[in-house]
Amino acid sequence: MSLILTRRRLLTGLAVGAGGLVAGCDAIGNNGTARDTLFRGEDVHRALQRALTDRAALAREFRPEQMSPYFRTNGSRDPGTVDYAAYVSNGFADWRLQVDGLVAHPLSLSLSQLKAMPQRAQITRHDCVEGWSAIGKWQGPRLATVLDAAGLSSRARYIVFHCADRSGGVPYYESIDLIDAFHPQTILAWAMNDAPLQLGHGAPVRLRVERQLGYKHAKYVMRIEAVASLAGIGQGKGGFWEDRAAYDWYAGI
Amino acid sequence: MDAPATMEPVRVIRRHKLATRIWHWVNAVAVIIMIGSGAMIFNAHPRLYWGQYGANFDHAWLELPRFPGWFTIPATYNLALGRRWHLFFALVLAFALLAFMLWSLANRHFAKDLRVRAAELAPRHLWTDFKAHLAFRFHDPANPGAYNIFQKLSYVGVIFVLLPLAILTGLALSPGMDAAWPWLTDLWGGRQSARSVHFIAASLITLFVVVHLTLVILAGPINEVRSMLTGKWRVPEDGA
Repeated sequence: MSLILTRRRLLTGLAVGAGGLVAGCDAIGNNGTARDTLFRGEDVHRALQRALTDRAALAREFRPEQMSPYFRTNGSRDPGTVDYAAYVSNGFADWRLQVDGLVAHPLSLSLSQLKAMPQRAQITRHDCVEGWSAIGKWQGPRLATVLDAAGLSSRARYIVFHCADRSGGVPYYESIDLIDAFHPQTILAWAMNDAPLQLGHGAPVRLRVERQLGYKHAKYVMRIEAVASLAGIGQGKGGFWEDRAAYDWYAGI
Repeated sequence: MDAPATMEPVRVIRRHKLATRIWHWVNAVAVIIMIGSGAMIFNAHPRLYWGQYGANFDHAWLELPRFPGWFTIPATYNLALGRRWHLFFALVLAFALLAFMLWSLANRHFAKDLRVRAAELAPRHLWTDFKAHLAFRFHDPANPGAYNIFQKLSYVGVIFVLLPLAILTGLALSPGMDAAWPWLTDLWGGRQSARSVHFIAASLITLFVVVHLTLVILAGPINEVRSMLTGKWRVPEDGA
């Protein structure tokens, strides 16, 4: 009898304990100092990866027969603004990519100028933060080529991508550091699977930064800005999802 | 109730080494947080695939309903915060396991307590131990401090198979690690395969936790929990 009571009490205790743990975790997740500690995990992962692995390592490239039969879209499918609709209506002939910030020569590049630059094509795996993966082929000039043409200042530490799409009225943007910006596979893709980029995949140009998760691959890129600090852009955390929901800025994890 | 005059005195033995006790509790916290936050991450896309790729239009070998809020960390849907919990405690889990392994090689815990002897795997021995479990007798009266064969197999399975499996498949989900160490993904036949194996390993670890807690309760929870805190364990009087 007493044994049964003890067990019952224990099981109740365990259930309450488990509930308490979840509630406790929620309290910690919302508390300042504890939250900061938890968020330092991102820095430790980035530091370990950068210290223990080759910074120039290439993401795997696949053969054409290994590609996903269907590559789903995600996030914005269409920026839906008047300006963007005007670009679409004449096949992005009037669209220009601005390159400015900490550069010697700000650029304004047309789609045909981007297509005329040396090209890189790669069949890579796209990993969404949600867990799914899709393999597709991407083509465009290397970001390094564009940055070299603009003459990046030695003060620049981050490259920011300002996009045409908005969510809840807030413009999408993303940022990467110079290690990823000058990585050989980091390209401004205007073609996907041997065809011009579709609207849902970020036409006319999206960033490919192959060693990070999908939300870093900014779609509908309008402006590339070189900066010394991410403070003052958006809410200062380096990207739309980083600002809105505290996603990791370093998404190589 | 007459106490027999010849009742043996209560025997207390030192059961768990300091390293074992420290790691047990650090790992217990880490594993529970990894399971809860992992379930939250799974809820973002509760479908599993084999191979390099896998998304909504591809064939999923397993599709589950979302885990309920009482099981996930945080309790309401928040993928970003679930990832923060998961990635922080991934470091705790992995480095604590590494430290425990090195320490347990040095203090001979693995060699003395967890080494499985061939005789213990003989069908007759397994059957005898199995019947003893059904009778709730978990200890050999002649050598009460020793683990029985099912304990050994499950501890070895968790320490040397399931936890390393979860860590390696978890690393294979990182796009940065995949680029640096391609063999990590190749081991499993692709990132989506690694994700499936990660889920299976986590499910088996969860099963271990449930069975482990049940047996702690059946074996005498106060004595068992105390022994994992202080190291001292009272030998059950009936030799059970």
